[in-house]
Amino acid sequence: MAKYMLIMRNSDESLAKMMDASFDDMLETVGRFNEELIKAGVLVAAEGLDDAAQGVVVDHTGGTPVVTDGPYGETKELFGGFYILDVASKEEAVEWAKRIPAFPGSRTEIRRVPGIDEFPQDNEWIKKERVWREQTGQL
Amino acid sequence: MTSLEAVWRIESARIVGALTRYTGGDLELAEDVAQEAVAEALVSWPRDGEPANPVGWLLKTARRRAIDSFRRRAARDEKYALLASEDTDGGDGHLWDPDRIDDDVLALMFVACHPVLSPEARVALTLRTVGGLSTEEIARAFLVPVATIQARVTRAKKTIAAARVPFEVPPQADRKERLGGVLSVLYVIFTEGSTATAGDSLLRTDLAYEAVRLARTLAALLPGEPEVFGLIALCELTAARFPARTAPDGSAILLEDQDRRRWDRSAIRRGLAALAQATAAGRGLGPYGLQAAIAAGHATAASVAETDWERIVLLYEALGRVAPSPVVELNRAVAVAMASGPAPALLLVDELVAQDRLPGSHLLPSVRGELLSRLGRTAEARAELELAARLCGNARERDVLVRKAAALS
Repeated sequence: MAKYMLIMRNSDESLAKMMDASFDDMLETVGRFNEELIKAGVLVAAEGLDDAAQGVVVDHTGGTPVVTDGPYGETKELFGGFYILDVASKEEAVEWAKRIPAFPGSRTEIRRVPGIDEFPQDNEWIKKERVWREQTGQL
Repeated sequence: MTSLEAVWRIESARIVGALTRYTGGDLELAEDVAQEAVAEALVSWPRDGEPANPVGWLLKTARRRAIDSFRRRAARDEKYALLASEDTDGGDGHLWDPDRIDDDVLALMFVACHPVLSPEARVALTLRTVGGLSTEEIARAFLVPVATIQARVTRAKKTIAAARVPFEVPPQADRKERLGGVLSVLYVIFTEGSTATAGDSLLRTDLAYEAVRLARTLAALLPGEPEVFGLIALCELTAARFPARTAPDGSAILLEDQDRRRWDRSAIRRGLAALAQATAAGRGLGPYGLQAAIAAGHATAASVAETDWERIVLLYEALGRVAPSPVVELNRAVAVAMASGPAPALLLVDELVAQDRLPGSHLLPSVRGELLSRLGRTAEARAELELAARLCGNARERDVLVRKAAALS
């Protein structure tokens, strides 16, 4: 088994469609999809992010980090939310991604989340990370 | 894994469930037409491209095959004549009914775990029809020839048909007992998958995970059942120890010697959450819930010494009342030894010996030997450990017993 993150990105087109949609309908559609994931026993975590306009960007291009308000770059580069699924294969993660009730114009990227067991276990920092994960119950 | 395999893994239970209802409860026909649809997809998807709605495509294809079959059988069986004449809407509207699909999947689970089937048949049929595993995958996981699993599944479907097992979620009066049957099949799958001593260990863990996945599905479909959560908790808390239970050379590491830092904390957290759900029902814990509570006692203790053994003893007592078994009694004796010392534990073990409750098992003399050794009765301890070694079937465990006996000389 492996964990995959499904990263959802919007575009101007999908954001416009989202604004037009009824909030209740959206909650129902997304809720139904989430319920499917729960019934299939694969849902590990899911979060959606607040409006990118409320965000802040720290730019490391120069020597000193530059802080600017608002979104970074183009809408299509913006990360809007994610799912983490525990599935048998990348193809299964892709199959679930196809079913996300997404607005036209949005895209979903599928990335594997390596487990801590894949790192050198004798490294002192990995040992410390393991302790932290134990104490906080992280994935 | 191809995308067809991924679709099948996600949807097989719902596809076969919907088709079984559609065919008037004919699981064998439903499975056959579903497999035919998959075979057709194997040819046509790569050639014509994957359909926009893969599940709809599979259902439509399977339904067409089912109708062919109804027509062929109509002459000799009225039931199929009726089914053939009923299906005139031209679509698959009544085949895929969102309001019934959960019940179809549940019914499929209950039928696959039906008491008319042998335990092996229940396991094979559940993995095949509900889990969507191929015959080859099941055979590999159980280390038996493909033909054996094939025959087991075929025979199981014939038995279901011959016994006229209805395709339904059992009525309330039978629910508890039948649910117990489903849970025990899932637990057998989990235990088989968690046996580190046989086969490809990676593959085996996948089998254990399969049981957890099916148990989660069951919990989502039957939310009011505390024992389903008890089983999930037991599986999660047991699986949490997987990373720590084998040494680099493949030998098993006993609970007391495991590096607890290697236990999977997120599995423990999920197990404790499921156990809290089982407890919250307020109806007392059942056998799975109690075993989970014992596992939780270990999972949350920093070491063997810091384990709340008094509580573990009480939990074993409760487990012995709801699911009496000599193995539970023996485990209780071990817990008593940890909580109150070897003398009271030996009394319990001697009672098991006197009643000959575990004939031929190496576990009883091995525990008895340990207790005698802690009491300083060395000669008796050595004899018991030697007896245990003679009875033990596992070479690695036998070596440990022989070494322990020799150390007492």
